Amino acid sequence: MSETFTIRLSVNGCELEGRAEARTSLADFLRHELGLTGTHVGCEHGVCGACTILLDGAPARSCLTLAVQASGARVETVEGLAVDGELHPIQRAFLEERGLQCGFCTPGFLVSTLELLRRNREPSDDEIRDALGGQICRCTGYQSILASVRRAAEKLRETDGG
Amino acid sequence: MKPVPFRYVAASSAEEAVARLAEHGDDAMILAGGQSLLPLLNLRLARPSVLVDVSRIAELDYVVESDGALEIGAVTRKRTVEHSPLVRERHPLLHTATGLIGHAPIRSRGTVGGSLVQADPAAEYPALAVALGATLRVRGAGTTRTIVADDFFQGFLATALEPGEILAAVRWPLLPSRSGWSCLEFARRPGDFALAGVVASVSLDDTGRYCDARLVPFGVGPRPVRARAAEAALAGERPGESLHLRAAERVAAELGPPQSDAHASSEYRAHLTRVLVQRALAEAAARATSSRGRAPGV
Repeated sequence: MSETFTIRLSVNGCELEGRAEARTSLADFLRHELGLTGTHVGCEHGVCGACTILLDGAPARSCLTLAVQASGARVETVEGLAVDGELHPIQRAFLEERGLQCGFCTPGFLVSTLELLRRNREPSDDEIRDALGGQICRCTGYQSILASVRRAAEKLRETDGG
Repeated sequence: MKPVPFRYVAASSAEEAVARLAEHGDDAMILAGGQSLLPLLNLRLARPSVLVDVSRIAELDYVVESDGALEIGAVTRKRTVEHSPLVRERHPLLHTATGLIGHAPIRSRGTVGGSLVQADPAAEYPALAVALGATLRVRGAGTTRTIVADDFFQGFLATALEPGEILAAVRWPLLPSRSGWSCLEFARRPGDFALAGVVASVSLDDTGRYCDARLVPFGVGPRPVRARAAEAALAGERPGESLHLRAAERVAAELGPPQSDAHASSEYRAHLTRVLVQRALAEAAARATSSRGRAPGV
């Protein structure tokens, strides 16, 4: 057994702690050590985007980040979206516009959308494509995902307005 | 797959990073943003016994303007460069090229120094560094030296870094007044490594003729190099379609046939390069024309 490190993270607003070998990815740490299995692991080499989380507010591949490198950081995962069982407006939009089928890639799309809409409440289609370009979905053909993000932006603008 | 076990050491200064490298020798690798190294670790294509993490070295994380250049610390994240108002205003070419690198989540973690040291021939920063004549500051045990980009990139994934040395900073010269620029690439999916790309930087004289032109194709050879014969053919000429076509043919001739692989044939890469060179020259010349007489870097 090789050396382990204490990892402290703020995950979705909760201060959590665990131990990990240096080689443990942030994705595996979240899933196996903290039990947060909403973050999905697909290709494990940074191509598919399923494991995308927000690290100090910026989208990051949790399979290409060592847990030990993230220690001390603020992490946001798909589990942080819904509050008391009430879906986040972005999740509602994906549901209404059928922005998912099998759902495996969805956690990465949702948190990437969250980051985009935080800094841009009215993104153009090109800006949406740019922000989500690193996510692969094998089911939807992407058109319904684009529609979902547009709908989510509308919902958030309505919330802003009232 | 998971990486083989390794020892992990976080350095808090450039000096400490160099000392750790000296301590562990050939078994150690530098870890910065990890966006090139971690895939290799996960696939077990790289099996270092020690990783020296430089990503939290605060003294290597900065963007400043000094003496006609933007200087950027090696562990500065690409996202920082992309969102820097200073870069956007003073070095629009660097700003634009940064936005073409990988996808947003890759730019969040990946560092400026990481791309340069990785020296992937299809990457944007090495080509940009060669086009601009960027200089790279390198730290070793008790030594600091400066290497110009042309000498830094030596071949496929190969640089002039000696064992035990780390990259500390890069200086990107600002573009002169009356200059224009372009950075174009083609990838099957935006954000993937380019099948072919080109960086162009041009200056026009008072009569609207090219007086300086730099053309660096990328993704089509083992390392980025200036297409000097094509550059020379532009000197003293007025921008125009037929001139740009001739320049593109010269680029193709001096470059030789690009590599063929699973992603694109040699012929296709050569075709892309010819098209991209023409478009980049047209864009750069248009920018130079509209910026004539304006302040440097604007």
